Amino acid sequence: MKTVEPIQYYPLGDNAIVIQLGNEISESIQHHISSICSFLEDYSFEGLIEYVPAFTSITIFYDALVTDYGGVQSLLEEMLQEIMEGIEEEEAPIVEIPVLYGGTQGPDLSYVANHAGISEAEVIALHTAGEYLVYMIGFAPGFPYLGGLNEKIAVPRKETPRGKIAAGAVGIAGAQTGIYPIETPGGWQIIGQTPLKLFDVERQPPALLKAGNKLRFVAISAAEFEKIKRQSDGD
Amino acid sequence: MGIKVIKGGLLTTVQDLGRKGYRKDGIIVSGAMDTLALEIGNLLLGNDAAEAGLECTLLGPKLLFETDQLVAITGGNLSPMVDDKPVKMWRPVFIPGGSVLSFGSAVAGCRSYLTVSGGFDLPKVLGSYSTYLKAGFGGYKGRALKNEDELSFKKAYEPKGGVFNWSVGLQLYPEFNDNEIRVMKGPEYELFTGQSIAALFNEYYMITKEADRMGYRLEGAALLLTEPKEMLSSAVTFGTIQVTSNGAAILLMADHQTTGGYPRILQVITADLTKLAQMRSGQQIRFKLVTLAEARQAMLHTEMQLKQLKQTITLKQI
Repeated sequence: MKTVEPIQYYPLGDNAIVIQLGNEISESIQHHISSICSFLEDYSFEGLIEYVPAFTSITIFYDALVTDYGGVQSLLEEMLQEIMEGIEEEEAPIVEIPVLYGGTQGPDLSYVANHAGISEAEVIALHTAGEYLVYMIGFAPGFPYLGGLNEKIAVPRKETPRGKIAAGAVGIAGAQTGIYPIETPGGWQIIGQTPLKLFDVERQPPALLKAGNKLRFVAISAAEFEKIKRQSDGD
Repeated sequence: MGIKVIKGGLLTTVQDLGRKGYRKDGIIVSGAMDTLALEIGNLLLGNDAAEAGLECTLLGPKLLFETDQLVAITGGNLSPMVDDKPVKMWRPVFIPGGSVLSFGSAVAGCRSYLTVSGGFDLPKVLGSYSTYLKAGFGGYKGRALKNEDELSFKKAYEPKGGVFNWSVGLQLYPEFNDNEIRVMKGPEYELFTGQSIAALFNEYYMITKEADRMGYRLEGAALLLTEPKEMLSSAVTFGTIQVTSNGAAILLMADHQTTGGYPRILQVITADLTKLAQMRSGQQIRFKLVTLAEARQAMLHTEMQLKQLKQTITLKQI
């Protein structure tokens, strides 16, 4: 597997250390970060509180009363050596996200179609054809930063954000596509709605997706939407 | 057996030491803005440090105690009163059933913490009692307290026959009249111009009206990058100072998002978050640069004092 740029370590305050792997978004770096996360899931260390993967970094929060920066860094250096040797190019399983496109669920589908100069059906075809990588989760509980949107259907945000966007709304903003996990105001162009819960406090883990997941959108009918929604509300 | 809310106050929320382990899922930590005050409040009552308390902001709530209870009020001084008579902070206080706890003007600081003996009886969500206001979960129904709400105690107050005359020696808790905030260099510190860095430590930065549990927007000399830089989102934390594209500083507080895309110029040290949590709009901050070792030393110092306090209290309870 392609190696990444020299790894840097630096503190984020007095109880966190950042591992920086390069400065550009790439699938390879994401894969390294996911591997480090999996390793930390399997092998915790004394004082580890939690970790936060991002595009090119992973931040590790530690209990400074139990350990210290130097101790954590040398531990991580050792771990990373082991992790990097063991990294393999493996295909992440693909999570399917069912989406009811257009209509009241996707009020901006026609805008996106007009902007791209294609039909609504073609927008749906392009959106469902792509395979997307979850680079990181942030902004809101369970919100995935996805890479892989076809640039033909990249559209600017709405000039005036909507005051309320329903949980499950699937939207496009610039070169990004994403799914709103909770009801929130927002400026994305909404093209559809998924009946799945991206975030559920009753579930463990509460977020449906995690960094490193691959996903694909699948177009569904209104009847299928209702059926899946009933199932996911019921569990 | 509990409290009936007569008036909710400006922003009264249930908070503990924060929701840990879910930042990677985009779930914020939340928790008390002033965790030290909450911790001391729990300590004074012999509670577990992780019990929840009520965080009262500037205009405190008015609460009817339906039954007897032992409470502690710590943090900022919002002039607490029981049946309109001033009541002491930083020590256990007995409140007879039928009494009303209310708050007056904010004399010092802006966030007061109410803890009760044994804690409040609430469900933990994802391992914490803290209220996540934006997502609407945790704490009391995922929101701030309103009139008519009812909160239960975990256990009824049992008189132990002893006297509870201990209080906290306040050298443990910072003074509010001092506006110096100690910081470490943030990850992107070196990307700023020399002039910006000079301003950062020689001038005052004022907390603007845009200040809440998520963060404080600061006003002061513009902070500029030596050259434009496209930042990729990365983790931020309580006390991170980010700089927006127009050069304004934003200080992230307890309800900060898990990640951010602005350069992180400074990081407030853990030991000074308490002071920051008690500052209000209009107050000036002066930053003082310290090293990681100094930051850690300050944190360990606070912890050692907390431990001593705990021992003193345990001894007195015997």
